[in-house]
Amino acid sequence: MFKRLNVFAPILALISFVSAGSAVAAEPKPWQIGLQPAASPVMERIHDFHNLLLVIITLITLFVLALMVYVIVRFNEKSNPVPSKTTHHSVLEVIWTAVPVLILVAIAVPSFKLLYFMDRTQDAEMTLKVIGHQWYWSYEYPDHGNFTFDSNLVPEDELEEGQKRLLAVDNKVVLPVDTNVRLLLGSEDVMHNWAVPAFGVKLDTVPGRTNETWVRITGEGTYYGQCSELCGVNHGFMPIMVEAVSKDAFKAWVAKAKVEFANEENKSLQIVQAKIDAK
Amino acid sequence: MANGASDAAHHAHDHKPTGLGRWLYSTNHKDIGTMYIVLSIIAAVVGGAMSGMIRLELAEPGIQYIEDFQFYNVLVTAHGFIMVFFVVMPGLIGGFGNWIVPLMIGAPDMAFPRMNNISFWLLAAALVLMVMAGLTGSGPGTGWTVYPPLSNADFHSDAAVDFGILSLHLAGASSVLGAINFITTILNMRATGMTLHRMPLFVWSILVTAFLLLLAIPVLAGALTMLLTDRNFGTAFFSPEGGGDPILWQHLFWFFGHPEVYIMVLPAFGVISQIVSTFSRKPVFGYLGMAYAMIAIGFIGFIVWAHHMNAVGLDVNTRAYFVAATMVIAVPTGVKIFSWIATMWGGSLRFDTPMLWALGFIFLFVVGGVTGVVLANAGADMAFHDTYYVVAHFHYVLSIAAVFAMFAGFYYWIGKMSGRQYPEGLGKLHFWITFIGVNVMFFPQHFLGMAGMPRRIPDYPDAYAGWNMVSSIGAAITMVGTLLFFIVLFRTLGAGRKVEANPWGEGATTLEWAVPSPAPFHTHEDTPNVEAQPAE
Repeated sequence: MFKRLNVFAPILALISFVSAGSAVAAEPKPWQIGLQPAASPVMERIHDFHNLLLVIITLITLFVLALMVYVIVRFNEKSNPVPSKTTHHSVLEVIWTAVPVLILVAIAVPSFKLLYFMDRTQDAEMTLKVIGHQWYWSYEYPDHGNFTFDSNLVPEDELEEGQKRLLAVDNKVVLPVDTNVRLLLGSEDVMHNWAVPAFGVKLDTVPGRTNETWVRITGEGTYYGQCSELCGVNHGFMPIMVEAVSKDAFKAWVAKAKVEFANEENKSLQIVQAKIDAK
Repeated sequence: MANGASDAAHHAHDHKPTGLGRWLYSTNHKDIGTMYIVLSIIAAVVGGAMSGMIRLELAEPGIQYIEDFQFYNVLVTAHGFIMVFFVVMPGLIGGFGNWIVPLMIGAPDMAFPRMNNISFWLLAAALVLMVMAGLTGSGPGTGWTVYPPLSNADFHSDAAVDFGILSLHLAGASSVLGAINFITTILNMRATGMTLHRMPLFVWSILVTAFLLLLAIPVLAGALTMLLTDRNFGTAFFSPEGGGDPILWQHLFWFFGHPEVYIMVLPAFGVISQIVSTFSRKPVFGYLGMAYAMIAIGFIGFIVWAHHMNAVGLDVNTRAYFVAATMVIAVPTGVKIFSWIATMWGGSLRFDTPMLWALGFIFLFVVGGVTGVVLANAGADMAFHDTYYVVAHFHYVLSIAAVFAMFAGFYYWIGKMSGRQYPEGLGKLHFWITFIGVNVMFFPQHFLGMAGMPRRIPDYPDAYAGWNMVSSIGAAITMVGTLLFFIVLFRTLGAGRKVEANPWGEGATTLEWAVPSPAPFHTHEDTPNVEAQPAE
């Protein structure tokens, strides 16, 4: 699998990351050094906020490094044989307490805005229920006839052309783009975490609780995620695969899925319902 | 001391017990300190070997060696437990704390020497129980956070987790007894004239750490007991089907777990303060600010725990509070960093091996600290929580910074402890190899985390291959550095040059440098008087 340890690859990756504009490719790339491209308003805001943070923390680190290099060069034994006895400087001490406070306030304002924006949506157009199991996900569509299906990892020896190892599943979640989707998360056994990096969504599924968040997918395409809370032996083998389609294509898929994933006990009823819907 | 005459008689004979009894029944703070350091080194070899196995497995995508994924989870769990409870804590607190605190404050020994003995042996027993946990059934594959329901009897049905719980109980009892001992010693047994505001900063760091232990460990003990009864006696503290809540465990665990982070790093701050001052030949800049910054960090450390739970679905206002509280920690931490630099400013710096480790500590702690500021923001944390970015962050502040402080302290005090000085060239080589190794190992993990790679997985999507390979190469380099440490250790003890009482010159002003090297079995039998000395 691992072929090239190319020294230029990180640099190329950096260039491609910086120049990556609208490409809908929400999956990890080799030698990637940044966040996955955003596919939701939440992730766009995480990008913006993180870009701010990255500048601040890089400047702070370089500032400390510069001070240390200066001290090492200027105040070593040779260049400064007689040490000073200064141990106090009130103004300096006030500054290095107050300035970090100001920086933190500057960080906190956008941080709180982001936090409250991403929490949940007031005007959900549909709901998707996500249930974590050891070690697969199941999904329910309560607004579309409440059909449900399980989503399992495609094992390595059954991978088809183009399917990604450890990311591909047999039944992917299908969601419409440009729609506010309420996500309700629960678990049937231990804690799991439903995470799709491109959406900026990451929330534990906790037995006995229902967690809520939301997503509005901005571009059609396939998005990947992985379980992000240690859940036992196969924790690394319960990926998430979301296919975002147009609203029309989503309607067509729902009609098909209602039949395909109808519950055993009321399958006939749902087939009848689907026929009525179709008319 | 009232019985100064008999003390002097003791000193003449230097009543040193011999043989196995000297160690098994030891009530001597130096011997107990030595045993803590030996335990820490042994545990570090075990925990380090586990991380070596993890990096070996993760070097390439696909399963290379570890086909039993439960075993992989056990490795991850045991690596965490061992490094936290049996390497960093005994090394910095039990080891350097026991050895150096009584010497620094002019006390003849710890306040409760027998309790000191039981503290150590409880920890040794705890290590045995931890190893038994790993060998029982399929082992504890819960992560060091032991989150239920995964850790309850339904999902870990054999006794492995129970052994782990009992191990932590013993380690906790050991820590609480040790903390009581340190608090009593430091508050009551200081040299004449050594007011609290004139104590060396290492003593301050141990005092604050001891209070953190005293307040945090009982909460862990309570939570562990609840988990134990959940597992064995049918209670349902953490089971929703019985009216309990798994999130309760997380609150209790992290109420202990976050102070635990500072329990590991505050003594490191203390070590670094001593070394920076010594090798700058200057007193610490802003001494009071440094001491109170540690108290502030210790206090705030207790009110930020839920930033570890940003993704469990807490109410948004709760998360907002924890964002604000967490970011406040950056302020006293910044005070410490800038005060160290100001201590060096205007100094006359020598770059002996301890100073190299101290400088490495300061810079890499900043690198790990600023990613902490990123993670503190619950909003941004949705991109980073439970990814390798977090792994990189806490290894920068613990695996790198705290361990650098341990090595710094080792090189700084080994002459005092053994009477023999380390080989300077090899010590510097050890530093540079380790410095390069840990950065090659952990810096790329930031990239993996940002790209989305989750923690605690034995195999990963192929796109993560490149940086994982780099990280594993870094682990190999670090391993070479560790081997070099053992060469340094054996060269020092076997063939090191005999060292004078104070090898560091005028910068080393604390009392441990006033006693001969190696420090005699009994020291400070007459309470020293430091009233004439200038305040730190």
